[in-house]
Amino acid sequence: MSTTESIHETVNAVYLSDSRRVLATLIRLLGDFDVAEEALHDAFRAALEQWPREGVPTNPRAWLVSAGRFKAIDGMRRLARFDALDDVGDAADIAVDDPAAWADEESVEDDRLRLIFTCCHPALAPDAQVALTLREVCGLTTEEIARAYLTPAPTLAQRIVRAKAKIRDARIPYQVPAPGELPERLDAVLRVVYLVFNEGYAASSGAQVTRHDLSAEAIRLGRLLVELLPEPESLGLLALMLLHDSRRAARTSPSGELILLEDQDRSLWDRNQIAEGTKLVERALASRVVGPYTIQAAIAAVHAGAATAAATDWEEIVGLYDVLSRADASPVIELNRAVAVAMRDGPAAGLSLIDAILARGDLLDYRLAHAARAEFCRRLGKTSDARRSYERALALARQEPERRFLERRLAELSN
Amino acid sequence: MKYLCLVYLEGQKLHAVPDRECADCGAGLRKNGSLIAAEALQPIETATTVRVRNGKLSVTDGPFAETKEQLAGFYLIEARDLNDAIQVAAKIPPAREGSVEVRPVRELNP
Repeated sequence: MSTTESIHETVNAVYLSDSRRVLATLIRLLGDFDVAEEALHDAFRAALEQWPREGVPTNPRAWLVSAGRFKAIDGMRRLARFDALDDVGDAADIAVDDPAAWADEESVEDDRLRLIFTCCHPALAPDAQVALTLREVCGLTTEEIARAYLTPAPTLAQRIVRAKAKIRDARIPYQVPAPGELPERLDAVLRVVYLVFNEGYAASSGAQVTRHDLSAEAIRLGRLLVELLPEPESLGLLALMLLHDSRRAARTSPSGELILLEDQDRSLWDRNQIAEGTKLVERALASRVVGPYTIQAAIAAVHAGAATAAATDWEEIVGLYDVLSRADASPVIELNRAVAVAMRDGPAAGLSLIDAILARGDLLDYRLAHAARAEFCRRLGKTSDARRSYERALALARQEPERRFLERRLAELSN
Repeated sequence: MKYLCLVYLEGQKLHAVPDRECADCGAGLRKNGSLIAAEALQPIETATTVRVRNGKLSVTDGPFAETKEQLAGFYLIEARDLNDAIQVAAKIPPAREGSVEVRPVRELNP
């Protein structure tokens, strides 16, 4: 292999490991997402040209930031000569005159957090937060995100363009929130990460149950957050994602059919993910403030520790759902608690809890409420009730394997 | 940077926040230099809509669109960035009764 080829490989490796960090710092220095992205590409182009000649620099990341900044400022100056927009030139001069601003290791570490918090700013629409985070923080291409979300690429591209325009025009600052705002803003970030994970883990529509690429990105984001901001709920969310993801191989049959938790082959569960997730839950539980992600992770850890569905400590799980309802009351959590109660006390107990939720007018359009109700009725021998609920669930389900599962159950009732 | 904070309230809540409190809020913002202008508005029933089409003036009663919440007042503020503006908007008393829309001001480019 020639030296040029090996240097190309080095540039590629640096791109994979460091391009997001370089981008995060360039956005701070240049004050604009698009300018920074352009500068990032110019910097890597320059590396491909110069490194074979001059050798790989000792600190490639600093070299790339410096090269990107230089190229962008050069471009802005050339533009400023033709353009009356003086502030462009001014901004460029500030960046040039203060080399300490980008060399400082602590600011550079904070840049990645600045990027995450800006992409997940609550003033941006939720779907824009998700798209922007995957694009800027994870480095996915617009086409990759569009494919993962089964959205036309132009729609997704426009979502990202609009979000960047709002960041610029409404002046959303490139900042880590002040300590007083941190809990709320971190919640927003965790919500985005969990949304990405769930879309990958339980795809809301389409031909497959899971889309692994999105879950993997969400777990990567979760790890990054734990590294940069190890708040208890960051740990809890990463634990929750790992523990759920550990069951991936057992959740679908080789032909792509959905397999319920109690019917899964537990030898297929990923023991490494379970061990890592369980350790993280313990760390999060040791903190004084226990939040919803941590409690949900604790529930997942109880499942992960059980040899069979029957051997599961349902008492403990119901107790954890009680804690969860107090921390974060919602009808969906009530539904999950009803399922745990049914496992502990039998399907009749679960059925009356679900009927109470539905009678209140909650979850009427939530397919899993009807699917769970159908399951309890089936176990109780209430065939016509079961059929009605399976039909309602089927009318609401959009994911193919889930639809086939419900259709199978309906067919079984007829036999 | 300038932001316009538009205060929206439902008709029956126009007086839910005492005037005293709104006046104090304005005075406080003026004192720390973030307020440029602020006014409360008469109810939407007093509004008149003016249009000019093909050089012809048309005047009609009421607002352009019927909505549940109406524009009840505004604060034109100076803020460092959106986070700063959001902090100011959160202190506007009617925010707890209705809503405050925060819009960045666009500089004209003649």
